[in-house]
Amino acid sequence: MVGITAYGAFVPRRRLNRMAVLTSMGWFAPGLMMSAQGERGMCSWDEDAMTLAVAAARDCLTGMDRNAVDAVYLASTSLPFKDRQNSGILAAAANLKEEGLVTADFTSSNKSGTTAILSAIDALKGGDKKSILVTAADAKPTRAAWFFQLWFGDGAASLLLGKDKVIAEFKGSHSISCDFVPSYRGANAKFDYGWEERWIRDEGYTKILPQAIKGLLEKTGTSLNDVSKVIFPCYLSKRIHGEIGKLIGAGRDKLADNLQEVLGDTGSAHPLAMFINTLEDAKPGDKIIVASFGQGSDALLFEVTDAIKDLPARRGMKGSLAVRKEEDNYSKLLKWRDLIDVDMGIRAEAKKQTALSALWRNRKMVLGMVGGKCTKCGTPQFPKMRMCVNPSCHAVDTQVDEEFAHKPGIVKSFTGDMLAVSVEPPAIYGLVQFESGGRTMADFTDCELGEVKVGMPVQLTFRIKYYDEDRDFYGYFWKATPKR
Amino acid sequence: MATGIRDKVVILGMGCTRFGERWESGAEDLLVEAFQECLQDSGIEKKQIQAAWLGTCFPSISVGQSALPLSISLRLDNIPVTRVENFCASGTEAFRGAVYAVASGAYDICLAAGVEKLKDTGYGGLPEFGSEAGPRNFLVQPNITAPGTFAQLASGYCAKYNISDGDLKRAMAHVSAKSHANGEKNPKAHLRKAVSEDQIMAAPIIAHPLGLFDCCGVSDGSACAIVTTPEIAKSLGKKDLIGVKALQLSLSNGYEFGYNEWEVDHFVTTSIASKKAYEEAGIKDPRKELSMIEVHDCFSITELVTMEDLHISKRGEAIKDIMGGFYDSTGQIPCQIDGGLKCFGHPIGASGLRMLYEMYLQLLGRAGPRQLKDPKLGLTHNLGGFPFMNVCSIGIVGKYGM
Repeated sequence: MVGITAYGAFVPRRRLNRMAVLTSMGWFAPGLMMSAQGERGMCSWDEDAMTLAVAAARDCLTGMDRNAVDAVYLASTSLPFKDRQNSGILAAAANLKEEGLVTADFTSSNKSGTTAILSAIDALKGGDKKSILVTAADAKPTRAAWFFQLWFGDGAASLLLGKDKVIAEFKGSHSISCDFVPSYRGANAKFDYGWEERWIRDEGYTKILPQAIKGLLEKTGTSLNDVSKVIFPCYLSKRIHGEIGKLIGAGRDKLADNLQEVLGDTGSAHPLAMFINTLEDAKPGDKIIVASFGQGSDALLFEVTDAIKDLPARRGMKGSLAVRKEEDNYSKLLKWRDLIDVDMGIRAEAKKQTALSALWRNRKMVLGMVGGKCTKCGTPQFPKMRMCVNPSCHAVDTQVDEEFAHKPGIVKSFTGDMLAVSVEPPAIYGLVQFESGGRTMADFTDCELGEVKVGMPVQLTFRIKYYDEDRDFYGYFWKATPKR
Repeated sequence: MATGIRDKVVILGMGCTRFGERWESGAEDLLVEAFQECLQDSGIEKKQIQAAWLGTCFPSISVGQSALPLSISLRLDNIPVTRVENFCASGTEAFRGAVYAVASGAYDICLAAGVEKLKDTGYGGLPEFGSEAGPRNFLVQPNITAPGTFAQLASGYCAKYNISDGDLKRAMAHVSAKSHANGEKNPKAHLRKAVSEDQIMAAPIIAHPLGLFDCCGVSDGSACAIVTTPEIAKSLGKKDLIGVKALQLSLSNGYEFGYNEWEVDHFVTTSIASKKAYEEAGIKDPRKELSMIEVHDCFSITELVTMEDLHISKRGEAIKDIMGGFYDSTGQIPCQIDGGLKCFGHPIGASGLRMLYEMYLQLLGRAGPRQLKDPKLGLTHNLGGFPFMNVCSIGIVGKYGM
């Protein structure tokens, strides 16, 4: 049996109230009113598709055998690097093995998430792969005051696929690949360029999705009556989402929520995000169709198994959506997505060159938050250095790798710094102590100064540490965030 | 068996520039300004200086690397000159080099100079280094500043001793108000304006809970000293010799930020260096024996906890002593009688020597309107880096032979 063995998700804590866009820019683009309802996932300044992917992947791997993962596929249309394998960063941040691992990026289309799943299934069926992590994430760059900014949301979803303890069995698929272009982003462009929504609806959504889903039902000999939920995205509107359902014969109750009111369309990740949201309510025996929409469509059929009851607890999609902070200040999005030119002062001009040789040497520490543990005295410590930090030990070369990324900690000291260069002042940071030993001075993120106290429980999260504008390089590291 | 430095070396002369925003002067000019005063005070000729040390912390924004800026600015006669850098202890490190060189017998007369030109960055605060902080540091070190790291002592101290934020904020305000009152009387100080505790507490926040007046001045300036043996000083006709009683240094080894013990409530290094310095100087009870102290009040909270690390105030009782006026100019041990880093200013490489300069003036009775009555022993203290990893230097000077 091949199929899903675990799932995980992540949505940025910040949710942009769509009305904030209208309030700020309605004078200029009153038509935004059409889509200004509800809220959407909004990356903080230190989040992007990569950090969302890491959070979702780590959630997915909760309680799973990470060492068994032999391939990592990352799907997105908004990855930070064109030439540096993004799935390699993900694998390092998930602290997976380097040897015996295949990594691949699936990009350039909103259907890349489902294509990555299909490729994983092919690899599991045909080859010697046993466990493949498929993660999809998007945080699309969008122009200010345009519909894309309202429709799209930032988020990530992750699925582990394998052959043992399958919680949703893969039953078949049907794909259509065609050069239908609702919008595109050229290799040198910052934003997408889109065509008329009515055409996208008439020639795209309402033709391609029904064709893919009907083809899947026919190919697998499945009656729609036996299907519990049909999942497909549609960012245009809830109404058009329902119309597509009607065209395949599925009523409102059979359609999975497209999460438009609470999340927005998360691009490559969206079919997976909706799938996970559905799996969280699913019963053994439920048949679920997952279809994507991009340059064509992949439609996949899964059947939920008894094993879903034994899946270790995780944050998942509902847990991610529950951790939210409404953002009414549209100018924060403008600044954080570099849509307005704000004076940052001379202090911000410091050089931010990354020594790639130093990053390589320290990759486990930087990307995987791996420190050391002394085999002589047992002291966990970060960073891992050649000599043990314990004042009554100081043994040389006795340390083995010790991962800290998942360890709970508490705040020992903190400040909110108005002098430090920050696009979210004050810059909050402090000393974090891990309950099981070890401590580190860390940047804090996704928190307000007023809530920070000595003794407050925190957890670590993978975030953008710096962006080097001169060399177009994103530096990532782990930060502390209040346990929520 | 090592016997320490006590009274093996004396100060022959000292000089110090006015600290402040010295837009008109480069570091090279400031070195000459301090040196001219120092040379005149010493009564020797420049060619009698046999070796020199230069302390400076941020060469990239002031004089550049190496000791050449000192050798060239002072037109020294091709003598050995060494640049030392050890964060805020750089000035005291230059002094230590010169003192040890004389004590070793390698040279008769040596010069220690410190300088920093901080006001050529174009912005307030200390310089920002980005990836020039070191390739590994840049990858993992949080987005820290000096006020932000020292500010954390406040949260750690309050948690440890169960003190309210308000009580601590008031005591920190007293620390700064006292230094402002002292600085007003010092013509060479950067900031010469008395400020009330209430004004201090109402100032804008720089790094929570530190406000503007909890932070020291970022200044340009230079200070220097010429040292020799007591015998040579006497042969030059010097009376009232000021002897070096102790010079100690202690550096973090990663324990504070790496091992689960330290509670961000004190300085591990100061606690150790001060004990060693008292032993070297023959001081048994610093609270009774010290006449005055110049400590590293980069931030008010630094001074507050340092009073305990110097073993003058008991642990958890610094606030009581501070609010009781123990460290005021009229108190038992006046602290920052020249205004301190807070008001005299903090050109990093010069600061250790500036503190010694004030001790020297006070011991010789030359401190003008801020002169203390008959001081005998003075302590200086520098703290470079951050509470969680730092360099601490302690100097003790006093009347020779006492």
